[in-house]
Amino acid sequence: MLSLTVEQRSWMHRLPVWLKLLLLCLFTLVLWPLADWRLLLASCLPVVLLYASAGRYFAKLGAQRLKPVVYLVAIIFIYQVVTGRIEEGLAICLKIIATVSLANLVTMTSRLDDMMAVIETLAKPFHALGLPPRALGFAMGLVIRFTPLFLQRGTQLNQAWRARSPRRTSPRLLVPLALSAIDDADRVAEALKARGGLQNTKTKETQSDSAPQ
Amino acid sequence: MERQVAFIALFAALVAALGLMPQFMLPFGVPVSAQSLGVMMAGVVLGARRGALSMILFVVLVLAGLPLLAGGRGGLGVLAGPTVGFFLGWPFAAYATGLIVEKWGKGNLLIAGTFASIVGGIFVLYLLGVLGMAVRLDKSFMEAASMVLVFIPGDVIKAFVAGFVLQGIAKARPSALLSRG
Repeated sequence: MLSLTVEQRSWMHRLPVWLKLLLLCLFTLVLWPLADWRLLLASCLPVVLLYASAGRYFAKLGAQRLKPVVYLVAIIFIYQVVTGRIEEGLAICLKIIATVSLANLVTMTSRLDDMMAVIETLAKPFHALGLPPRALGFAMGLVIRFTPLFLQRGTQLNQAWRARSPRRTSPRLLVPLALSAIDDADRVAEALKARGGLQNTKTKETQSDSAPQ
Repeated sequence: MERQVAFIALFAALVAALGLMPQFMLPFGVPVSAQSLGVMMAGVVLGARRGALSMILFVVLVLAGLPLLAGGRGGLGVLAGPTVGFFLGWPFAAYATGLIVEKWGKGNLLIAGTFASIVGGIFVLYLLGVLGMAVRLDKSFMEAASMVLVFIPGDVIKAFVAGFVLQGIAKARPSALLSRG
């Protein structure tokens, strides 16, 4: 499955992910209390420059990714104008655009594997609370594997319905779709158990680690 | 243990697939994304704790940069947008929905699922979503609420569909309903 990372490398791709996340947090925290639209407009400038520094293709893609937010923000702005609070509305909208586009920038320049490594690190405290060490990574892999499969299955169910009925697709099709997900889950669970399960993975790993020595 | 992880992960995948699938038209021709319906289904089928875990997994993957939200959106930008409360509200919505289905005694599962989905998938979700909007847009709670009221009728229909799905699964695979013991 596609991730939102842009394959074409830029200098920002080479920065460590934790540094980018830290800078993103700082930028967002600094911007948070600002209420003057002129300052916020100025804060958009470095973000635009960052996008531009990664090349024309990258900047274009970034603008494209921002589109849904821009529509939403436009509606909010119109609402603000109607209720007679133009300056306040401008500030709110610029703040959202600046923070969202910077956050998108981090996503676009960070590989999924690196992000997942950060997540695994952040999840470490939960191991003490009973989260098996390998469960999170395994579950993430399952979601990535099964999403396109369910999407395809939903499309097939939809086509099967349309081939047999003159009426519009019914939400009733969600029952077989959910059932197929349930059956898949059962099969995955059995396959997993047959291979030693999630809980045993840890002990096996330590065994194989010590084996070569 | 393995079964739990598999169910949690596969329902997160189902929610993702529902968001990317435009074909599911609701009755009366409301062309809305089925993604929030998926949240209700996760709660209804998996129960409170697993439903919430499933949605946490989904939220984490979207933040990691997978385009799993309706319309292929995703990434950290979601956290900075005005809809952040709805997005982060999903685990809570699934938890509330699942809790009601778990506590529901004997009786009609269609009603149980619909009622639970209305409370979890609409009440709880909108409460958190509107709070997020109010904070992000610097509005009062009521003002923010007035901006999203138009979506509620569609969500009531989705809640009914979630109840229907619960009933259907109870008939076909009663053992798979983790929410009903």
